[in-house]
Amino acid sequence: MEIVLALAIGVLTGSGVYMLLRPRTFQVIMGLTLISYAVNLFIFSMGRLKVDSEPVLVKGFTATLANTADPMPQALVLTAIVIGFAMTALFLVVMLASRGLTGTDHVDGEERQEAE
Amino acid sequence: MKEISHLLDRLLEFGMPHLVAVPILVPMLTAALMLMLGERRRRTKSALSVVSGLVGLLAALALLRWVNAADTGGGPGSIGVYLPGNWRAPFGIVLVADRLSTMMVTLTGVIAFAASIYSTSRWDRAGVHFHPLLQLQLMGLNGAFLTGDLFNLFVFFEVMLAASYGLLLHGSGRLRVQAGLHYVAINLAASSLFLIGAAILYGVTGTLNMADLGVRIAELAPGDRGLVHAAAAILATAFFAKAGAWPLNFWLVPAYSAAVSPVGAVFALLTKLGIYTILRLWTVLFAPDTGDSAAFGQAALVGTGLATLFVGALGIVGTQRLSNLAGFSVLVSAGTLLAALGLGRPAVWAGALYYLLSSTLAVSAFFLLTDMIERWRNAGMSVAPHEAAGNAPFLAEDLRALDNVNLDDEAQALYGRAIPAGVAFLGLSFVGCTLLLAGLPPLSGFIGKFAMLSGLLGAKALGTASWIFLALLIVSGFLSLIALSRTGIRHFWTQLHPTMPSLPALEVLPVAGLLAACVALTVWAEPVMQHARATAEGLKTPTAYRNAVLGARQIPNPVKKKEGTAP
Repeated sequence: MEIVLALAIGVLTGSGVYMLLRPRTFQVIMGLTLISYAVNLFIFSMGRLKVDSEPVLVKGFTATLANTADPMPQALVLTAIVIGFAMTALFLVVMLASRGLTGTDHVDGEERQEAE
Repeated sequence: MKEISHLLDRLLEFGMPHLVAVPILVPMLTAALMLMLGERRRRTKSALSVVSGLVGLLAALALLRWVNAADTGGGPGSIGVYLPGNWRAPFGIVLVADRLSTMMVTLTGVIAFAASIYSTSRWDRAGVHFHPLLQLQLMGLNGAFLTGDLFNLFVFFEVMLAASYGLLLHGSGRLRVQAGLHYVAINLAASSLFLIGAAILYGVTGTLNMADLGVRIAELAPGDRGLVHAAAAILATAFFAKAGAWPLNFWLVPAYSAAVSPVGAVFALLTKLGIYTILRLWTVLFAPDTGDSAAFGQAALVGTGLATLFVGALGIVGTQRLSNLAGFSVLVSAGTLLAALGLGRPAVWAGALYYLLSSTLAVSAFFLLTDMIERWRNAGMSVAPHEAAGNAPFLAEDLRALDNVNLDDEAQALYGRAIPAGVAFLGLSFVGCTLLLAGLPPLSGFIGKFAMLSGLLGAKALGTASWIFLALLIVSGFLSLIALSRTGIRHFWTQLHPTMPSLPALEVLPVAGLLAACVALTVWAEPVMQHARATAEGLKTPTAYRNAVLGARQIPNPVKKKEGTAP
């Protein structure tokens, strides 16, 4: 399971960084989204991977992390998702404004002149 | 003076420890109130903004008095800890007001107050929701300075950034949207790095409280140290991007110079937030008692600082546009601070903290001044047509001097003319900013640099890095002087202005106030330096910080009265 999760995070980050470095604004926003998915999974994995453990405290179990999932990274992930979502929405608006003002979706606001 | 200190004492009597939360709560509530008011009631909003600024400033001054008082709390160097959720330190979040954060909150209060007054003159009408965004920005900044929790710091960073995106785009236009696009993208990427670093730290140590992190890192098994160092390096990358450290600072100058000037003045604080965070985390997480981790990354800090200082100094000579000059001054200031803090001697730190105050005030005043000068030069417009096209300000498209630049003795006699008061104000303010930014006597910029240098030379043996820093500090001051004098001569002496500058009192007062604050720093240099020295000593040995945060006790629940006895 560790390998699967690590691979998933790695692939998401790798593709995210690649997309982030592309010249079109839409690619940049996709890259940022992929990176934020990877980061969320990463934070989640910092609570240690566990199968079949209780999400919250239940009667009959001692209240230690050996018996339950660590609730802290879950709370952090929730906050990170909300903030990341809002920021991506805002970036989308800026992107559309840039498209409207410059007439191109290049991140620099102008097409690069191709060498003759 | 006596009345003010009396007022502050009453405020403290009445407000501690809740006063620690005031710099965060007041802007938040003001922003919420302003949103309900709607767009039409601009006057009410401006008034609210000024009131909120005053209250925040008073609270910050009271806190400053409290941390420096000899007889309150835990004696000299007392640290105000506030438990917002009434949970003890490693479990709940904490707000911590020590000397460093109180100083930063006061600085924020002064600059935000000046910027909000300046904006009421005209810039708050350039778009919607200027004042609420400024208040939210203030809330994010104050929160980030006061918080003692790593994840809470992330949240306040995001509040501050979200507001800054809105403020940067305020006024719209192609240049701002273009700069805004880059600014948002790089900050989103940096936030991802922040989250990764914070998550690793939590994964290894199991805590997010800064003071607790320091204790845990000291007790860490050698095998886990590598992970903590990696996390710290990732976090530092995120903060370097915000502090404008080379090579992560190419977004900074276009963004800062595209923003409207009151926003630029506030943005001068954002880089200082990055520097504050680096200093805070570095000293708390990698304190001298943390074994192998002590002062981790010192060389990287010094190296980055020196490179930033070098690039900033080159940039400042390479530009002629006023707003770009201000942007590069931000870089010079950031580079100086990073390198000085990285050198790691308390005597240098004290000088650097003093320099931080002086340079931030000066850069903010310069941003505001830039706007006034540009408008005068372009006869009422903020940006001249040839500048909007991206050309140099004094050259036409074919790189010849513009017609109205008087570089020739015979063109028209400029001597023997009376200087109107408005031009005299602009000129004197410009000279003041030049002296402050270049670090020339008699103003506070000189005292800051002198204190850093004398702290540096007090060491027994100077390393190579210290020598390079010493040389770069002097050379960068010299280059700033050249660049600013050249621009000043061109703006004030060689150009024929068709009109007199129109200077509303609402614009003159903030600039004069910020410069007066610098003069006050110069006159009362000794008390300020004492504060800075005490801060530096406190940072060197963070035991007091840890004890204060981890020792803060909950307030017990009020005892329930029996039914019937309640009034």
